[in-house]
Amino acid sequence: MSIAITTQIICFSILSLVILIGALGVVLLESIVYSAFLLGGVFMSVAGLYLLLNASFVAAAQVLVYVGAVNVLIIFAIMLVNKKEDLKPISDIKSRRIISTSICLTLLSLLIRVDLTNVWSLSSPQNSIGEESTIRIGEHLFSDYLLPFEVASVLLLMAMIGAIVLARRDVMSKDISTGLPVDQELIEKSSEPLLTNKN
Amino acid sequence: MISLQSIPLQAFLIVSSALFCIGIWGLLNSRNAVRVLMSIELMLNAVNINLMAFSSFVDNNLIQGQVFTIFVITVAAAEAAVGLAILLSLYRNRVTVDMESFNLLKW
Repeated sequence: MSIAITTQIICFSILSLVILIGALGVVLLESIVYSAFLLGGVFMSVAGLYLLLNASFVAAAQVLVYVGAVNVLIIFAIMLVNKKEDLKPISDIKSRRIISTSICLTLLSLLIRVDLTNVWSLSSPQNSIGEESTIRIGEHLFSDYLLPFEVASVLLLMAMIGAIVLARRDVMSKDISTGLPVDQELIEKSSEPLLTNKN
Repeated sequence: MISLQSIPLQAFLIVSSALFCIGIWGLLNSRNAVRVLMSIELMLNAVNINLMAFSSFVDNNLIQGQVFTIFVITVAAAEAAVGLAILLSLYRNRVTVDMESFNLLKW
């Protein structure tokens, strides 16, 4: 590790603070657009933590995939479904909040207790490979992790086709309810939504 | 200049535990379906921090944790794409993103 320990501690504290405050903002803020941009900040800070752990390739992948793809996708989804709606009030919202918050705090205390009390068998020379980690990841991906690598590519293809099939607007030659032929224009038609107002 | 000390493993684990619990809280309490997907991404990131910390501190010679992190990032990207597509078609059918109104399977 080439950075001095004080610098590391300062970087780690700042990054952790940004991660935790940003994550709290993501779940607590009223505006969903602010949440999405804070989520991008959280992803960037997580990439910074990876850099502190000497993993430059995974940090770059994190920035490319999470900030570049997932976050942009979420912002597009917000743009497509952004409608001001008045949410119906839930009657037992207070008890739900209390129960879920207590469950989360219990889980957090359990996890922190395990983190602090368990004796981890750490290997002695820390971060010994450092800069070589990208080479090592490449060796892993093309030797002992070759099958998961190929399966992951098939998974990505399936996810892409599945997303297209799920999200596209069905073009039908005739109307289902009336049987009349419908005009195939590319403009947005106002259609009666199915399955609304169940209760 | 090589310093032998570094940040303890426990610090990374505590940050990732807190991030995971914030994600679970958001998953349970959000009413907007997009925010539920964001909470899932937060939880996946917490798991990734854990994997990276263990790979650096425990298994720093064969960094298998980093390879696992790459796979988790891949699966998370696929999950986000399919989840948002499901959300779009749900919005088209119900004209809302309120989690409380998706009660078609509720008995």
